[in-house]
Amino acid sequence: MTDMNWIAIGHLSDIPRRGARCVTTPKGRIAVFRTVDDAVFAVVDRCPHKKGPLSQGIVHGHSVTCPLHNWVISLEDGTAQGADEGATPTLPLRNEDGALFISLDTLSLPADLAAE
Amino acid sequence: MTQKLVIIGNGMAPGRMLEELLEKAPGLYEITIFNAEPRVNYDRIMLSPVLSGEKAYEDIIIHDDAFYAYHGITLHKGAKVTTIDRAAKTVTAENGITAPYDKLVIATGSTPVIIPVPGADLPGVLAYRDLDDVSRMLEIARNGGRAVVIGGGLLGLEAAYGLKRQGMEVSVVHLMPTIMERQLDPAAAYLLEKALADRDITILTKANTKAILGTDEVEAVVLDDGRVLPADLVVMAVGIRPSAQLAKEAGLEVNRGIVVDDGMRTSDPAIYALGECAEHRGQCYGLVAPLYESAKVLADRLSGGQGEYHGSVTSTKLKVTGVNLFSAGDFSEGEGREEIVLRDASAGIYKRIILKDNCILGAVMYGDVADGPWYFDMLKRGTDVSELRATLIHGQAFQGGGEAKDPAALVAGLPDDAEICGCNGISKGKIVAAIREKGLTTLADVRAHTKASASCGSCTGLVEQVMALTLGEAYRPAVVEPVCGCTDLGHDDVRRLIRAKGLKTIPAVMQELEWKTSCGCAKCRPALNYYLVCEYPDEYADDYQSRFINERVHANIQKDGTYSVVPRMWGGVTSSAELRAIADVVDKFAIPMVKVTGGQRIDMLGVRKEDLPDVWADLGKAGFVSGQAYAKGLRTVKTCVGSQWCRFGTQDSTGLGIRIEKFMWGSWTPAKVKLAVSGCPRNCAESTCKDIGIICVDSGYEIHFAGAAGLDIKGTEILGTVKTEDEALEHVVALAQMYREGARYLERIYKWAKRIGYDEVRAQIMDDAEKRKGYFERFVFSQKFAQVDPWSERVSGKDKHEFKPMAVIAQAAE
Ligand code: SRM
Ligand SMILES: Cc1cc2nc3c(=O)[nH]c(=O)nc-3n(C[C@H](O)[C@H](O)[C@H](O)COP(=O)(O)OP(=O)(O)OC[C@H]3O[C@@H](n4cnc5c(N)ncnc54)[C@H](O)[C@@H]3O)c2cc1C
Ligand code: SF4
Ligand code: FES
Repeated sequence: MTDMNWIAIGHLSDIPRRGARCVTTPKGRIAVFRTVDDAVFAVVDRCPHKKGPLSQGIVHGHSVTCPLHNWVISLEDGTAQGADEGATPTLPLRNEDGALFISLDTLSLPADLAAE
Repeated sequence: MTQKLVIIGNGMAPGRMLEELLEKAPGLYEITIFNAEPRVNYDRIMLSPVLSGEKAYEDIIIHDDAFYAYHGITLHKGAKVTTIDRAAKTVTAENGITAPYDKLVIATGSTPVIIPVPGADLPGVLAYRDLDDVSRMLEIARNGGRAVVIGGGLLGLEAAYGLKRQGMEVSVVHLMPTIMERQLDPAAAYLLEKALADRDITILTKANTKAILGTDEVEAVVLDDGRVLPADLVVMAVGIRPSAQLAKEAGLEVNRGIVVDDGMRTSDPAIYALGECAEHRGQCYGLVAPLYESAKVLADRLSGGQGEYHGSVTSTKLKVTGVNLFSAGDFSEGEGREEIVLRDASAGIYKRIILKDNCILGAVMYGDVADGPWYFDMLKRGTDVSELRATLIHGQAFQGGGEAKDPAALVAGLPDDAEICGCNGISKGKIVAAIREKGLTTLADVRAHTKASASCGSCTGLVEQVMALTLGEAYRPAVVEPVCGCTDLGHDDVRRLIRAKGLKTIPAVMQELEWKTSCGCAKCRPALNYYLVCEYPDEYADDYQSRFINERVHANIQKDGTYSVVPRMWGGVTSSAELRAIADVVDKFAIPMVKVTGGQRIDMLGVRKEDLPDVWADLGKAGFVSGQAYAKGLRTVKTCVGSQWCRFGTQDSTGLGIRIEKFMWGSWTPAKVKLAVSGCPRNCAESTCKDIGIICVDSGYEIHFAGAAGLDIKGTEILGTVKTEDEALEHVVALAQMYREGARYLERIYKWAKRIGYDEVRAQIMDDAEKRKGYFERFVFSQKFAQVDPWSERVSGKDKHEFKPMAVIAQAAE
């Protein structure tokens, strides 16, 4: 893990609690979520169903409900919950006293770019 | 000729008697009722849940106006009878109404005892007997403050619990060393005291009230020992006295209560007494079960039968949510009596049974009361329990061989004549027979046909078990549909509890109503947010993270993640300047599609999220505000050209539509609300399929509601016709507010109105000017906070983070 490239994206306080912000990257749009307990997660901003922007959904627990057709996606591993099937790629994220870093290393091109 | 039956008092006892009489001998009497309370017959027992906010008055009505109308009964409300003239056979009320009788029933109930200490007549010192008392308590409780309840019996403790739930600091002052000493032994009383202390209710025993202090209103209660308890409200619940004064003045034989024989007849053969005011074999009763038994006897007598009442044994439960206690019979110690006791401290369980000559004499139970009815049944029958003695205390299920208690097995094991509903004396066999004969499948049906669980409701679980046993697979318990998986409560309960407990934030609601998830889900959070916005328009801080994206960013999300922008075009009217501004915006931001909507305005589709604030800034300069095309709120008011241009137009439909839209825009509602105003019955604005519609006619404005033209198609219902534009506006706005306050989240007007009844809407909006004005004013108040253009707010910087990426990474790091 230590030999990953970490990119600073801002501070925890930039994201509303139970909300999300986006980070634009060459590999596509990333959604960074902050949950009620101040946990932070980064996932590709694209629903496994029909590519809905997950960053626009309602955040609850460690999940988000997609704004287009209400799929519930786990922020921890990106998988669709309940009867729905599919997953959104998640990204490693480091939180150093509120300073946030992500790594794009695990995201492969071109599959994850297809959305944009 | 039909005989005349007059009843004085319209409480629970005569209410039951009437039902029996109307079934046994319909039309035998011309019936007149006088009631000192200005209302119909309601379930007095349920005042405690009304006080605690767990029920509303409407839920506890037993006989509504329609019942009296249907049976041709004259009910004089708010008419207190002051004289009975036995020679002339008439009764006369305070308000002058006189009625002759052939048979008279006195059912005046009881009067709360007010201890004659100085200050007992101060405003803010209340008894606990009728709905007016509860209304006044709720009024005072609204400001929080402190309440002192004098009397630690059943009524006092229920009052204390209710006031606590309403947010007051509550102390109970009780004269005796333990509370509810007539129903509980000290051990059970101790457990109850502990449970109440856990609910932050302070109990002071051996405390004697000396005086009540205050100048204009109550300020404090002073005890014998000098302690002073500050109080904004004092409730006296120290006992009741049969209301027998009227009978006494008429010369009837009166002891503590009005003396009756086994046929419920007083010393005058034409006069009967029933309920708490009556004294039978030296006993006055203060619970409904025995009153219902005697009501049945009286109904039989009045229809020519020879039924006899032989007195009752009573049992008690306390209606404090989460507290289970049961007490029946005599549980004092005495010669020849033995007791069996079971305690489980960690589970907070205490049971004690008192035996004499191998029969159960009394039972007190706390914590686990499932076997209460079983013991009570054997107590009343005088069953010899010597065979069961060794395991008696472990309950009925244990008798089979010590299996774990299964409620279904317990009910299955009851004999047919075992009593299930104590209030109404309904046996298991009766319920089973009713289910089979009448093909009943729902709890509501069983209640309607048998009355089982229709009074205090504490036997609901048992009744459901009987239904499950009888119907087997066919039984589907009618559970309230919960809001979502995060709670077992339905929308109506959640709304009522938000009000009752004064919950003002989403975390408070989730904590107090015991949400099962840490922060809800996408279903319940928007609903809670709306309920709080509606309930506390001034105080509540809207939680944007609980709003669906469209309402959070004030535009409609599209399938590709872009947004559409729909500005308001008041009443569908626009101008060259507005059209030019739209054209400029479309060019400047290269908006791919411009479309005329079905709501008489223009939609710009395919706007990038980052561009939204700039698009709005330009539109704002031309005078546009958000069209809220995304909101669970007021959408459009469609109009036709009306009398301004059209050769058929009868009124200025365009003008009225614009006026309504300008009045109502910005309001949040349970689901979207669409209106239309048409200038004549040709109805070019399609008013008859809208949530609320107006059709102008020569004589005024015909108001419609509850139409639909989306997923369902439904023509509107007519609310009524009014003469002026001002009245039309007031009615429309009041209706919208009634909907805002009562509907479940995402329930359109047509579904809500159907659920509560179209007539109910008409009654409140058309016929009740006071209610209408109340709704209207609450809407106006809430608009003070809602009518802020969300677009201009965001143009000036609000929620900036929504529209900008947090970071832009130009190149993937190597
Ligand atoms: C734009 C418009 C279609 C058009 O191009 O004309 C439209 C577009 C949408 N309608 Fe509609 N409806 C539009 C008029 C209507 C009408 C006609 C009317 O209002 O006179 C109806 C039938 C009347 C009614 O509401 O009963 C209508 C019945 C619906 C329904 C079904 C509602 C229902 O309870 O039955 C939905 C779905 C919903 O709300 O859940 C819906 C939902 C939608 C949504 C919001 C779908 C969504 O959730 O994304 C569409 C938004 C597109 C956008 O971004 O603008 N739309 N929709 C119309 C906008 C009117 C306006 O100016 O605000
Ligand atoms: C808060 C509360 C909780 C209770 N909880 C329980 C419980 O859990 N279980 C239980 O079994 N019992 C309970 N009770 C007791 C039960 O409500 C009463 O036993 C029952 O209501 C008595 O019925 P009634 O018809 O005799 O009198 P009421 O129901 O009191 O009716 C008497 C009516 O007569 C009217 N009246 C009086 N004088 C006149 C007059 N001169 N002219 C015209 N009208 C007159 C009164 O206004 C009143 O409306 C409770 C009571 C209260 C107040
Ligand atoms: S509603 Fe009647 S008056 Fe108005 S435009 Fe239509 S036809 Fe003409
Ligand atoms: S795109 Fe997310 S649920 Fe359909």
